Parts: sequence; C-alpha cells; structure tokens
Amino acid sequence: MAEPLDDYIDAVSKALALPVEEAWRPAVRANLEVSLRLARLVDEFALPDETEPAPIFAA
Amino acid sequence: MTSKPEMTAADIASAVAGRRMSALDATEAALARIKQHDGILNSFTDVTAERARAKARAVDADIAAGKDVGPLAGVPFAVKNLFDVAGLPTRAGSKINRDLAPAKRDATLIERMEAAGAVLVGALNMGEYAYDFTGENVHDGPSRNPHDTTRMTGGSSGGSGSAVGGALVPIALGSDTNGSIRVPSSFCGIFGLKPTYGRLSRARSFPFVVSLDHLGPFARSATDLALAYDVMQGEDADDAACTTTRGLEPTLPLLANPVSDLRIAIAGGHFQNNVFPEAVEAVSRVAKALGATRVVDVPEAARARAAAYVITTTEGASLHLDRLRKRANDFDPAVRDRLIAGAMVPAPMVDRAQKFRRWYRAQLAEIFRSVDVLLAPATPCTAPKLGQVNFNLDGVELPVRANIGIHTQPISFIGLPVVAVPVPLEPLPIGVQIIAAPWREDIALRVAYALEKMGVAAAPAPRGL
Repeated sequence: MAEPLDDYIDAVSKALALPVEEAWRPAVRANLEVSLRLARLVDEFALPDETEPAPIFAA
Repeated sequence: MTSKPEMTAADIASAVAGRRMSALDATEAALARIKQHDGILNSFTDVTAERARAKARAVDADIAAGKDVGPLAGVPFAVKNLFDVAGLPTRAGSKINRDLAPAKRDATLIERMEAAGAVLVGALNMGEYAYDFTGENVHDGPSRNPHDTTRMTGGSSGGSGSAVGGALVPIALGSDTNGSIRVPSSFCGIFGLKPTYGRLSRARSFPFVVSLDHLGPFARSATDLALAYDVMQGEDADDAACTTTRGLEPTLPLLANPVSDLRIAIAGGHFQNNVFPEAVEAVSRVAKALGATRVVDVPEAARARAAAYVITTTEGASLHLDRLRKRANDFDPAVRDRLIAGAMVPAPMVDRAQKFRRWYRAQLAEIFRSVDVLLAPATPCTAPKLGQVNFNLDGVELPVRANIGIHTQPISFIGLPVVAVPVPLEPLPIGVQIIAAPWREDIALRVAYALEKMGVAAAPAPRGL
C-alpha cells in the first residue's frame, strides 16, 4: 500500500531529476517525515512580516 | 629529551625552542605513536610522514640559525580530511571525492599553523561529508574511542577526537556545523573550540552548510587550544564569511585572568531535558566549581535545533544535488537518503527557518546582556557503542544519531563561541559547553583554563590503548 508521502516523493524526484530507487524509498520517506515534522515546528512559530532572514549569520 | 604522549603542545614548543628536543624528534615520536596505535583507533586516513619530516627539519634549521620559529615550534598536528592538504584529494569522508585532483595548496588554517612552527603529520577520518554525529564511516571504517575502542568517537570530526584523545598528536583541527567539534570532544574527553561564526577562515576546506560551517581546534589542555586558536586568527579574502572587522584578538595573554568577575549561568529548559545522569553530573560539577547557581531559560531552543536541522538538510542537499543524481550509489546509503529527503523540503520552510534564526539570535543577545557565560551539556550521554541505534532514557527508547547533537545545535545555529571542556567521569568522560557571547572566545577559554586549574576539567589518559 502506498504511503502518504509517496506521491510527493515521486513528484519531486521527477521535478528535480533526482532518482529515488525503490530500495531507498522507505529510508528517504522516514527522513522526509522527520524533516517535515521539524520544519512544521519552525513553521508554527509566528514571526512578524518584517523579519529578515539570516542566511549568513554575523554574530 | 624524548617526546612523551602526555606532553602538551606548549611543552613540546618550549622544549623545541629551548633546544632540549628537536622538532624532528617530536615528529618522529608522533609518527611512532600513530604507527603503534592507529591500527586500533583508525583516526588517520593519510599519514604525511615525509612532508612532516621535511617541515620538522626546516624548523630545526631555523632554530639553529637563530630565527624566530613561532609559538608552535615542532608541534605535530593533524586535520580532518575535509581540509585541503597539498598533494592529497580532499575526500571529506567520501568515496566520491577521492576522484578529485589532489589539492594544490593547503587550507588557510594549515598554512597558519605551519607558519607558527607546527608540523602537519596527516589527515583524519570523519563521517561522510560531515553529515554525521557518530564518527562512523562506511568507506574507511569507524574511528574508535581511545577510552573504550568498542565505542564511538562521536562525529563528524571523529578522527580528530580519536587522535587527540588517544594522545597521538596534541592538536587536531576539525569542523563544526551542528556540533562536530563539541561532540567528539565530549566522547573522547578532550578540549574543543568552536569559535564565533566567521572568526576562523574556512578557505580551502570542503563545505557542508555554508551558513553554519565553522573550523576550530581540539587539544588536551585549554592552553593548547588558545595557542592554536591565536595563530589561526586573521582575515582571509578567500572565505567570504571570514570577519574583516575584528582583527587579531589574542586569548593566550588573558587565559589566567580570574573568572570571579564573570556572570555565569546554567542554561535551562531544553538543555536540562533529555539528558542522562552523567551529563547532569558533569554540568553540576562545572557549575559548582564556578559558583554558578542561576538558571537561565533559553527560549525556543528546541525550535532552534529544529531550524538548524532544516537548514542543514536542505543546504546539504543543494550542495550535493549533482552527486546525488550521478553517483548516488557511491554515497554512504544513510547519508544519501538523508540528503535526498533534504532536497524535498519545501522552500518556504527553509526561508522560515532562516527568519527564525534572526529572532532567536535577538533572544540570546538579550540574555548575554546580563550573563557572560552559559553552561550546557555537550552531549546528552557518554560515548555510545559503535553501531548502537537506540538508547533508553527514562524508559523511553530514543534514536542515538538524532539525539547526540540536541544540545549543540541550538548554539552553533547562531554562531556563538563555545569551548567544550572534558569532565573526567568514570568510566567515560563527557563534555560541558562553555558558551560565550559573540566574539568572546577569550571568556570561554578563560573559564576552560580555570576549570582545568581547579581539576574539574581534564583530558584523561587514553584507557582503551
């Protein structure tokens, strides 16, 4: 049975021309689940619209 | 005079400059120790013996000619194999990079160490492409913990931890994106410095996550850490993030200044959660020695760790995208699968992680208005067994790899300077992070030195050899 993220993995794999072999899929899916869970944790945090990104951190 | 494993870099440099020992003898002693013990430790991937002997002879010749040889005269050191070493392909722990042409020029930090008289003896094992907290490497085998060779060194600078913890060399250099200097320092029982982001040049080292990558030294004493750090400072046009405003800020002259005037607090909240009793004990010993009782909550540190994770996996994926397309089967499968997943994280989430970073930096800046130093565990536990997948904390099974760096990531996320100090618990050592405000490496090193003088921090003799 297809897992919820499988369609998304297939679509992004195609869009990025980044092959995902079937044998790797469970581990890729598990890692993506962790990444998205942590990304959601950040996403939930409300920031003012004016907030600037800090792509290069200067202390 | 013969070089002994317990000699610090300061001891060796003093003996060499004072003509009680030659640089060549110090170098030969390190090469002999590597030969004797590295079959077990697996910390070195390349031993540059002939280069080292040539450099040592040159140092000895300069001393004989009465020339100034620098504060690290004759001190053997080694570097994580993501530093360019002229004549070697910069493998960065990978199989793929071994196909690269040999580097034409040393990394800036190697040049600066050698300009101060130090002698490069080789390149060190590491987790593939630095995406690792264990020190295990599928291509080169794991680096092994010098206190128990069935255990991890921590990573990704595993060979650096093993080589210094095993007293093969007194100083090693490594990189730290999310904890890769502080974690091996903790597991291997040594001192490690992750400077402020932008302080030390990363020129001619293989990157991982450019907005989080730092380079820094490992040593067996705070003095050696300061010695190495001081000679490596300075601007460098070859690293776009390297500071052009700070100038040289030597720490060695300040090292023995008292710490009684410093406002030292224990990091609370996230930094007191998910820790084994050893980590609690280590922080407690350090805090007690420093008279620190105040606990300061670091707001949203768990979210900071999450944001660091997101930035790491996506920037890392971007760096390796072409290799993932063309040579996926040549990666460590675990690294490959993490990176592929990283390529699939939606862009808005990365942007939000970068924006959160600025918010979080402002919170820490506020804390550092009333605090000079924060104390936190370097790792939640002592070194796990090689290959260990889970550990049990308060009855809950947690994955080892994902949890080793939970206390280091929220600190490097905003580039703060940290010295990881080793607390020599039995049977295994564990590290504590001495965290200072941006550009105040001098304070973190001063506290590390004080703890060493009090006997609270010390690099234990390797017990696994």
